[in-house]
Amino acid sequence: MSVLFLAERDGDAVEDASLRALSFARSLAEASGAGLTAVLFAASGGAEQSDGESAEIGLAAGQLAALGATGVCVVSSAALTGYAPAGWARALQQLAESVQASAVVAAATDRSSEVLARLGAMTGLPVVANCVSARPGSAASWQLVRQRWAGSLLEDAVLEAPCALLTVAADALPADTAAAAPAPDGSQPTGAELALGSFVPELAEADLLVRATESAEQATGMSLATARVVVGGGRGVGGPDGFGPLEELAGLLGGVVGVSRVVTSQGWRPHRQQVGQTGTKISPELYLACGISGAIQHMAGCLSARHIVVINTDPDAPIISHADYAVIGDLNEVIPALIAAIRSRSEGHVTQA
Amino acid sequence: MDILVCVKRVPMVGGKMVLTADGADVDTRLSGFTVSPHEECAVEEAVQITERDGGSVTVLTLGPPESADQLRDMLALGAHRGVLLETDGREWGPIATAAAIVQAVGELGTTSFPLIFLGNEAADTGGYQVGVRVAHALGRPCLTGIKRLQVSGDVLRAGRDYRGAQEVFEVGLPAVVTVKEGINLPRYPSLPGRLRAKRAEITVLEPQWQADGLRKERLRVPETSAQRAQILGNGAAAVPELVRVLDELGVLPSGAHSSAAQPPAAQPSAAQPSAAQPSAAQPSAPLADARPGGDGPAA
Repeated sequence: MSVLFLAERDGDAVEDASLRALSFARSLAEASGAGLTAVLFAASGGAEQSDGESAEIGLAAGQLAALGATGVCVVSSAALTGYAPAGWARALQQLAESVQASAVVAAATDRSSEVLARLGAMTGLPVVANCVSARPGSAASWQLVRQRWAGSLLEDAVLEAPCALLTVAADALPADTAAAAPAPDGSQPTGAELALGSFVPELAEADLLVRATESAEQATGMSLATARVVVGGGRGVGGPDGFGPLEELAGLLGGVVGVSRVVTSQGWRPHRQQVGQTGTKISPELYLACGISGAIQHMAGCLSARHIVVINTDPDAPIISHADYAVIGDLNEVIPALIAAIRSRSEGHVTQA
Repeated sequence: MDILVCVKRVPMVGGKMVLTADGADVDTRLSGFTVSPHEECAVEEAVQITERDGGSVTVLTLGPPESADQLRDMLALGAHRGVLLETDGREWGPIATAAAIVQAVGELGTTSFPLIFLGNEAADTGGYQVGVRVAHALGRPCLTGIKRLQVSGDVLRAGRDYRGAQEVFEVGLPAVVTVKEGINLPRYPSLPGRLRAKRAEITVLEPQWQADGLRKERLRVPETSAQRAQILGNGAAAVPELVRVLDELGVLPSGAHSSAAQPPAAQPSAAQPSAAQPSAAQPSAPLADARPGGDGPAA
């Protein structure tokens, strides 16, 4: 019996979301007395796999083994060059059958979510999205906790299925959980015992209808999802012309501007700046939320922020009960004063102590 | 082209999540209902396509009789026809929902809807799978999480966010597409649209509920650190205190925090990262290029 784990990788590194979800899969495997086989997909396909990619996959596999995977299986096929959701799902289906998997687990990323949904459709099995915990119950049943409303609600549920298909709300789990058996000397711990297998799936034409081509267009500047400081603006900014001071402040703090859904729905700012359930989830050191009341859909996007500081005219705004500090006041008054204060410090003008 | 858009009636929640006494559902006595945001964008996208290329937009929902309200909201945005898959109000899982949609597609007549839109995930249950299941049952390709879409003839070209850039897909019709908010900026309903929606006849079908393998036991509001923020003060007068807090959190520009105004005896803050340089050294290029609304067409 085995738990299969779909790991996404970027070159020689396993994606952060997958690493977080791996600890979830490891706990489930341990509780079920099952092995944990991580599955990686080769990008270049079949025999043409380059030495460079083999080396990258080796490094990623080592990373997975160090965090508790008992085996790593590399899927490659001449037909499978690049990401193809149904092709990946078909490969997982065949692998799950061959190892009699009790569960297939992946991080709830865009890619893995659709691959597991496809796998669910192919097998007729239920798929449970955004789990935060799972433990095996009696035969073929699991006690689960999953997110609803992007994490604003939790659902306790029982799953009954011959094979549990689960995605993991990776951003709700801590990163860098300790490896199952960390090597004392700090070398690649379980690499020696690691079973590195390979698998060549049988794919039909229908499995390859959808394929991704990564666009050449690369992201420029800092991303909202990874910024260390986010300066948030909401309805209180007042209109599309009010964001200049927020941009300036974000620049001073080495961060970026994020906005609430009201702001993007009004067309004041582009949607890609939206923080929240239907926008971007952020996890900065500081979220400085200005003129944002804090609807649950917004809070779902920023609760991973390490610190939340609020500037708001309303001392009863819901966001204040999620924040560490608050200034009660008009952002149009507070932000320019804050910018001036930070500038005067940076320029070495010692203010009166 | 005849386009089908599937939407879901969800509670309109605000600042606080309130559950019913038995913890089985969100308390909706005071909140009202709306359509999941992704799906409102799906309707807008479909309406824009038919305004440009002709055809019709059918909007479908599965839910209790009152879900007709949400269908009328979407008709007011420009959809042409409403279909209600009427239930007795209990929750339907993704397998049952997808099966009911597939059956309805078969029953709705001669047109097979070359393009079917859904939201990427429902705002409430967030199952992330109904669209994929519908596509699989119909033997169609499915594109998910789409934020940019071009339809030219029988070809769809679509993009979604991936690692800060985008990945692009190209498939032939018929297809199923699940969209995300940001693909467009939905319009407000017009008065004639509202009047037309009010009078529109809604087709009602009654699908069979089926078990899904996942049984909800109860809902609960996660225990966050339900704290109350420390109030630093009022208005601009609070700025010195705010600066002190930001300094303590280690987010002020490097060099600024060792200002001579601070006595050197002050203990170093634990929040001060030892190497604050990397992030400060990055260019602070703003994300904005002031293009409101959607994030632009597929490249």
